[in-house]
Amino acid sequence: MGRGVASPRQRVVRTFLRNRTAVIGAAIAVCVVAVAALAPLISPYDPIRQNVRFRFRPPHGAHIFGTDFYGRDVLSRVIYGARISLLVGISSVLLGMAIGTVMGMVAGYRRGKLEVLIMRAVDVMMSFPDEVLGIMIMVALGSGLFNLILAIAILMAPRFARLAYGPTLALRERDYVDAARAVGCGDLRILLRHILPNIFGEVLVMSTLWTATAIRLEANLSFLGLGVSPPTPTWGNMIRTGLDHLTDAWWVSIFPGAAILITVLAFNMLGDGLRDIADPKLRT
Amino acid sequence: MFGYAVRRILVSFPILLIVLTVVFVLVRVAPGDPARAILGDYASQEAVEALRKRMGLDKPLWEQYVEFLWGLVRGDLGRSLISGVPVAKQVAYALPYTLELTFSGILIGVIFGVPLGIYTALRRNRLPDYLGRTFSLAGLSFPTFYLGILLMLLFAVELRLFPTMGGGRPGDLVDRLRHLFLPALTLGLIMTAYITRMSRSAMLNVLNEDYVRTARAKGLGETKVIFRHALKNALIPIISVIGVYSIVLIGGSIMVEIVFSRPGLGKLMVGAMMQRDYITLQSIMVIYSGFVVALNLLTDLSYGLVDPRVKYE
Repeated sequence: MGRGVASPRQRVVRTFLRNRTAVIGAAIAVCVVAVAALAPLISPYDPIRQNVRFRFRPPHGAHIFGTDFYGRDVLSRVIYGARISLLVGISSVLLGMAIGTVMGMVAGYRRGKLEVLIMRAVDVMMSFPDEVLGIMIMVALGSGLFNLILAIAILMAPRFARLAYGPTLALRERDYVDAARAVGCGDLRILLRHILPNIFGEVLVMSTLWTATAIRLEANLSFLGLGVSPPTPTWGNMIRTGLDHLTDAWWVSIFPGAAILITVLAFNMLGDGLRDIADPKLRT
Repeated sequence: MFGYAVRRILVSFPILLIVLTVVFVLVRVAPGDPARAILGDYASQEAVEALRKRMGLDKPLWEQYVEFLWGLVRGDLGRSLISGVPVAKQVAYALPYTLELTFSGILIGVIFGVPLGIYTALRRNRLPDYLGRTFSLAGLSFPTFYLGILLMLLFAVELRLFPTMGGGRPGDLVDRLRHLFLPALTLGLIMTAYITRMSRSAMLNVLNEDYVRTARAKGLGETKVIFRHALKNALIPIISVIGVYSIVLIGGSIMVEIVFSRPGLGKLMVGAMMQRDYITLQSIMVIYSGFVVALNLLTDLSYGLVDPRVKYE
């Protein structure tokens, strides 16, 4: 009877399961996604229904996270807030990944003036604090969910551009790329068929880590009053409205903040774990 | 070294010009008419046009751009569209608060983060390392404003050790320091988390190098190996990281100034944004741009101080 050799996929899964940080991060992230997806089913109350007779009630049986200034249930608003945070976090990273990866690959493959133009723009954008750049972009675009996603995508794109640029520079010199050119493949085909598949793994791993960054950025911009406006609950705008009543009603700010922290921590743990798995030194 | 510094400063100017142009354009393409925003929806069109003319918004864009740049050269940051107060005066009041907050955060981060990172690297895969890594992961995940709120609740509201808001009485050093402590601690903890993580990584890379193995093989004591051979080489990436994360801290300072209602550029910028005071907003962006360019320059120049091999070609 011969011993079976584990397939690459099985090896990756085993390495992943051995990484406690990644497993815990993944489990928490899945729970947060589930909460967001099932919000209408699990939310005990309507998140925007006001009941001023019950304003600023501290956490108790009927309202586990208490109520806010308008008597709205904080737990329900935290549950629904997960939808916005995850929607913005994930879609802005996907959009930023698409824009940035293309920029980086084009810069690394075409070289010359295009490379200088793109990578200098990337350098300039990355040298700025995200909050400052985010505010500038939101001022130009105006508030709203789509503009918030676009703004954070613009902040994410330079990261992906830098990530894709380096490996593309190396891959364009490979023999199989030369061969593809020799048989008449166009630049687009070479980028999509030969370069992108080789950098996609790394891009995917970093996108997990940068989802955490995007969620944190969404919270920051919402806290500053940019993005989605009340009464739609986002964790950031909940914290902001609760800040004025921190001494009397700490629960209005603390619970949404804890939700942000847990979600960002989960994606950071998952991303760290995936990055460790991608490190060849750790492969069995 | 001097030649390199001059060249780097000269290169910074075109970058600054590009950034200023982007700031100018972004503020101008913002939705809404600033004059209408100031006068309200019920103001007559004539009144709006008159205000636009007074604000210079009726001029062609290129003319506004030239005036904007020329104003910067003269040190004229314009006047607030809302209050009419010169922006330079508002910035002169707010800037020291932001500088002391950011600098304090960086100082706390460096003083605690570098030794902590090195210590966790030397105790790899033991309890101090696990605790250090947990701390830095938690620090990276904490939204700055939320950490500030938690510290405010504990130390200012519950324990009443520090004030909840404000910047302190001008001229009263003790009062200023009391008002600075919690905001600086907020930024300092975040910075410590970042620097611990990167210092650990830099130190681990260096400890695996051949020259460290050679030093140990020669019988050198561990203290000498670390401080004479390993640490200096680990410092180069650490310095680079301090420079990068100092810029991150500038962004964090905006959030902290809002949480603690502390005067500063961040609070001024957010206020200008809320009121659509585009002149103030634009000018503060210019100040931040100058900050960033200066910080990047300082980081580049500091490499040569640590590593004599760095030749400034």
